[in-house]
Order: sequence, then C-alpha cells, then structure tokens
Amino acid sequence: MSDLHALTAREAGLVACRLCSRVWPGGTPRCARCGAALQSRDPLALSRVWAWWVAGVMAYVPANLWPMLETRTLLVRRDDTIIAGALELWAGGARGVALIILAASVLIPLLKFFAIAYLALSATRPVLLSPHARLRLYEVVEYIGRWSMIDVFVVAILASLVQLDVVASIQPGPASLAFALSVISTMLSAQAFDPRALWDGIERDAAAPARAPA
Amino acid sequence: MALADLVACPRCDALWRVPAAAPGTRAACARCGTVLISPRRHAGMAIVSMSLAAVVLVFGALWFPFLSVEVQGLGHGATLWEVATSFAGGPLFVVSLAVTAAIVVLPLLRAGLLLYTLTPVVFDRPPRPLAAPAFRLSERLRPWSMAEIFAIGCAVSLTKVADLATVTLGPAFWMFAALVVVTVVQDRLVCRWSVWQAIGRA
Repeated sequence: MSDLHALTAREAGLVACRLCSRVWPGGTPRCARCGAALQSRDPLALSRVWAWWVAGVMAYVPANLWPMLETRTLLVRRDDTIIAGALELWAGGARGVALIILAASVLIPLLKFFAIAYLALSATRPVLLSPHARLRLYEVVEYIGRWSMIDVFVVAILASLVQLDVVASIQPGPASLAFALSVISTMLSAQAFDPRALWDGIERDAAAPARAPA
Repeated sequence: MALADLVACPRCDALWRVPAAAPGTRAACARCGTVLISPRRHAGMAIVSMSLAAVVLVFGALWFPFLSVEVQGLGHGATLWEVATSFAGGPLFVVSLAVTAAIVVLPLLRAGLLLYTLTPVVFDRPPRPLAAPAFRLSERLRPWSMAEIFAIGCAVSLTKVADLATVTLGPAFWMFAALVVVTVVQDRLVCRWSVWQAIGRA
C-alpha cells in the first residue's frame, strides 16, 4: 500500500497543469507557462464522461443495424452491415482481415464502453482493481479508441475506388455516419475522464473501514 | 523551494522535484510510471526536418494518383482527395469532413504548428509570440490526426478489392506510407517538458 502514497499537488495546496506539468499556487486560473486552464479537480468531468458515453452508445446501435456498404454489381444490389461485411470476408477466406474488422468495429468499441463505465464508476466508489491497473486500463482505452476509425476509412477507400460503371460500384451506407459519431463521442468521453480521480480514491479508501485487500 | 523546480504528474498528480535527466534518459513518475521528461540531443532539429518532410509528403500525396483498379478492361483511379471526400450527398457529407480532417488537414496543420513553434528554438532565436497557443493546439489535436490508422484501412481495403480487380498503387500511396513513418517517429521524439521549458514564458 505504501508505494501508492505520494504527496500530490493538491495535498500540497498547489494546482498542476495537466498539459505541461508545471505547478502553480492553488486557485490559479490559468497556467502562465502554456496558457491552459487550470482546475485541481473538475467537478463536472464525470458528467461530461457520462454524457459523451451515452451519445457513443446511442450512435453505436444504428451503426450496427444500418448498412455500412451498398454494393451494386451487374445482377445484384446488396446492403452489408459491419458484421455481415466481416462475415463475408471470413467466408471468402480473408480471415485475418475479417478478424481485424471485427476487432476494430465490434470488440474494441464494446470493450471501450465497459472500460470507461467501470473507470467512471471506480472514481466514486471502492473497486477491486488497484489504481495502477486502472491507469493501465485507461491508457489502453485512450490508445486504442482511435483505431476504431479503420472501418470508416475502409468504406471511404472502397467507395472512391470501386466505381466501375455497371460492373460494380460501392456506395457508403448511413451506418458510416453513425459509426463515426460513435467513435468520436467515445474518444471525447475518454478524454473527459481525469485519471487523477483514480488516485484520489486511495486516501478515501484508506480512511474507510478496513476492507479485505484484493 | 521555487514552484518552477517542481513537476506534477499529469496522470496521478504526484508532486516531484524536477529530476536532472541527461539527454537520452527518461524520468518517469515513481508512483504511476508516466514518463515526465525524456530529453534527447538534437531532437529539435530532427522534429523540424520531419515536420517539413510531412508537409511535402501531404501535398505530394494529394497531388499524385493514390490507387487505381482495373477489371475486365474497365478502370478507375482515385486520388487521396477523392478518397477523403467520397461520402457525397446528404448527411454523409459530415463523414467526409471528418475523414478529410483526420488524414489531410490535421497532419498538415500539426506539422505547420510544430514548425512555427520549434524552428526559432532550434536556431537559438527567441520563441514566436504565439508559440505557446500553437504548441498547445498541436498537442490537443494529436489524437485526432489519424494517418497511421488510415494506413491500416488501406491494407484492409486492398485485401477486399484484390479478389475482384487488379489494384495499382500510385506514387501518392507510397508518399502517404512515408508520412505515416515520419509522423510516428516524430511523436516519439517530442519531449513535451523540454518544449515547454524552451518556449514557455514562466
């Protein structure tokens, strides 16, 4: 437990700049070095996390129900959702690519929703994972969130490239918009989260009646 | 002790005395492990050259043919601009704006901001008046610049198309690939702490 304790800027009566790491006397409104707004702990941060989280989840539903790609060939016209497109790739033998699409468009967004919700909840109540583990989780979420945009880029490339008159043409479907909005909202949700909240819990949990160590 | 001699971890708020980090070494937060300071010799010059290269590569990637396909005598080519703006018509137009920002505008803008911020520093001149807001903006935009993700998107789409048609990679494709490498290496080189020390007013 002892390595978890450290003197924080807030305990020292100071406020830290999250952008450039400079410290200032508590209550300073703006960092004089880099110009970023300063706030020791933003009471609205968690509300912003949840607001963007809800937006991301809501956009994620149509993103999976609406067609992502509309393919027209000589005889057929078909609409493919994200999952249908990946399954078709799998059936066609391109299994590695199908797995990349499924991971980037289905697995990562779902895991992100759960991870952000868990982190946001853990900021206000005791949980099993240590702050170290939760910070790692936060870093993973922050890092891989952008990679979900792969599918939107794939649609952009296919739609601009496959324009072969009547033989074959591909148009982007409405799910591309919903999916892009979902990815952007989730990125904003993760960015609104202040990881310092994970560590503030240490003092609070230490003060609470003894809990069995995890 | 002066406040300027302290550094606070942006991830866990732990307060430390600024360590004497020699070039090539890294100083990390002892509580959570976040890298606080990682100075490198000649990093400034390397970052400025890479930013210049990035500007040239973005314009080259826009100018030259990007990809083309051919099937049964029918051919079609697309430039990077056409790829970015392929969501035409109706509300999908918004997606075109997002894709254009992520793969063209923001990589270009970030390279420009870094050039503006760091060029005077590298040549031992006083920093530009707007150096701090410029570097702050560049840092804020970092997650939204997605050249490397677009590169993976290219790989996935090529596998999809390769079955139905013959694909030719144009010069712009290779320029974009180079842009990805330059962007990733550049981001590794930037030590934020050192930049703020060099351009900050306090």
